[in-house]
Amino acid sequence: MKIVLQHLTKKFPARGPVRGRKNREDVIAVNDFDFEIPDGKLIGLLGPSGCGKSTALNLICGLLKPTDGKIFFGEDDVTGLPPENRGVGMVFQNYALYPHLTVEKNIQFPLENLKGADKLSKEEMNKRVLEAAKLVQIDHLLERKPNELSGGQQQRVAIARALVKLPKVLLLDEPLSNLDARLRLQTREEIRRIQQETQITTIFVTHDQDEAMSISDMIVVMKDGIVQQIGKPQNVYDDPVNLFVAKFLGTPPINVFSGEVKNEQLYIGSEAVLSTPGVADQPVHVGIRPEGFVLKEDGPLSCDLVRLEVMGRDVSIVSTHEKSQNVTIRSIIDADEGRSLPTGKVHFALKPAKVFLFCTDTEERIRF
Amino acid sequence: MEKQNLKAWLYLLPAFLFLGAFMIYPLIDVFVYSFEEGYNSASQTFYGVGMYNYSYVLHDPYFLQALKNTFILVIITVPVSTGLALLISAALSSIKPLRDLFQTIFFLPYVTNTLAVGLVFMILFKKTPYSDGLINLLIQFFGGSSVDFIDGPYWAKMFVLCFYTIWIVMPFKILILTSALASVNPMYYNAARVDGTSRFRMFTKITLPMISPMVFYLIITGFIGAFKAYSDAVALFGTNLNAAEMNTIVGYVYDMLYGDSGGYPSYASAAAILLFAIVLTITCINLLVSKKHVHYV
Repeated sequence: MKIVLQHLTKKFPARGPVRGRKNREDVIAVNDFDFEIPDGKLIGLLGPSGCGKSTALNLICGLLKPTDGKIFFGEDDVTGLPPENRGVGMVFQNYALYPHLTVEKNIQFPLENLKGADKLSKEEMNKRVLEAAKLVQIDHLLERKPNELSGGQQQRVAIARALVKLPKVLLLDEPLSNLDARLRLQTREEIRRIQQETQITTIFVTHDQDEAMSISDMIVVMKDGIVQQIGKPQNVYDDPVNLFVAKFLGTPPINVFSGEVKNEQLYIGSEAVLSTPGVADQPVHVGIRPEGFVLKEDGPLSCDLVRLEVMGRDVSIVSTHEKSQNVTIRSIIDADEGRSLPTGKVHFALKPAKVFLFCTDTEERIRF
Repeated sequence: MEKQNLKAWLYLLPAFLFLGAFMIYPLIDVFVYSFEEGYNSASQTFYGVGMYNYSYVLHDPYFLQALKNTFILVIITVPVSTGLALLISAALSSIKPLRDLFQTIFFLPYVTNTLAVGLVFMILFKKTPYSDGLINLLIQFFGGSSVDFIDGPYWAKMFVLCFYTIWIVMPFKILILTSALASVNPMYYNAARVDGTSRFRMFTKITLPMISPMVFYLIITGFIGAFKAYSDAVALFGTNLNAAEMNTIVGYVYDMLYGDSGGYPSYASAAAILLFAIVLTITCINLLVSKKHVHYV
């Protein structure tokens, strides 16, 4: 089921001019969302805390009514429909498993709500519950109560409960935020597997770019209720439209310098580090991905070495530069190259594809 | 280790002394009194030891009347007041405007003096040569014939007593239940809404189990409170409850001690021990039942 959002907007009204209170102004949590989510894909809604991504999810789910705009599931306008008539399955951030019911009863709960022609017999219900439980591999835990399960198991139960009614759309709100690092890796693979097995259009919300990048077919990067960029994770990473997106994606984060373009040459400090054909003379923000640095004796960019961090496969060089906007510059190079490193100054050449220029006013990308 | 233990006991001593002197000793004393036959409080002597006091109390028509009244009161008021409080607090939690106002209004009876409320109820229900009382006027307005609720037939008096008790105990229950309802995480309702759960099912399958510890607490304290009812009956029917056929077990104990026909601490003790046994039994049954239906998370 493809999902189409048309000028979707959600405004939370101000609570009136009371002194010292929050929300004195309208908050536009979701501002003019206008894009299409293709059928059967896994989409990551990505953005920092408070950017409106959960609000967007709740709008699609139907728990919130949009101020403006429309939502289509396939060809059907579902904007006015309550959540139960939309055929969505939702996994909440804290899972919202009913603590007094066993895993089996939890998964069965949505089925018991079915009325009229959709009503299921006991056998059918048991069959469906078992199917869903098997899909997320918790069929041996059916008799347990939620508080007797680990976080990862609870997560699976929540997903099974969302899937058992065979929804057209699966929504996951920060599905991994309550898990520890290792479980997070495991569970995100799991979500990917389940999504590919079921081919359900899935939208998940996260503030962790790593998470979104690793499993999504498509990511939607948001900031302050406004969509910044939509695309395949790798494309967005390789070709960010503005400084925010460039900074938000990637671990370790992108290094940002204050630079200047003069005569189609990019200067960082007094050194011309790269030729930038077609760019007018102007001051710029220069974003350089950590993997965009090449160690070179006579490289144009010279930085003061702080320390080396050897992490097996590759080496992080931590250095400083007076024009850097970050406290330190982190560059990643192959372990072989980094072995015999001098102390004091390090010299880098830059990979043009890993260097992005941004306008200092609008922070929009300047292409070259 | 030994020394540590000694120290701990030393710290506990004041509490133990107070509990011992004012709780445990009187309890044992009452138990002892209840077996002393023919006890004379003036000379502090008794003739023998045995079950006579219990036998007397259990054959006393006043006690049986009090027992019957108390049981009727408990069986009617505990479920009705808890159920009504649940309905009202559920309604209160689902409205936004004027909620604070309603909460205050519903809480007013709790801070009002029992006897003052009793007086108001008398005025509402009592039939005098001069006035039929407000309730009777209403009954007449709807075509019924007036009843004297205070000095009239047994069922009318019992109705007023139950009504009054429910009215008195409800505010506390509403207060407890509204805060219990507010403590249920709204994400459960959101999850249920997405799954298309009807409101009724949400209430019975999610809300009730989640607040069940509080409901259970109210039922247990409600039972105990209703078994110990006395002042409510006095407020409505005056101190001569035996004559009004409206006595309760605690009322009977009081009468046996200080009433016009009083001065029988042994009978009073026996009745008190009987009440204790009843309350204990009912509470144990409650605890057993709760094991199945109350969900502590």
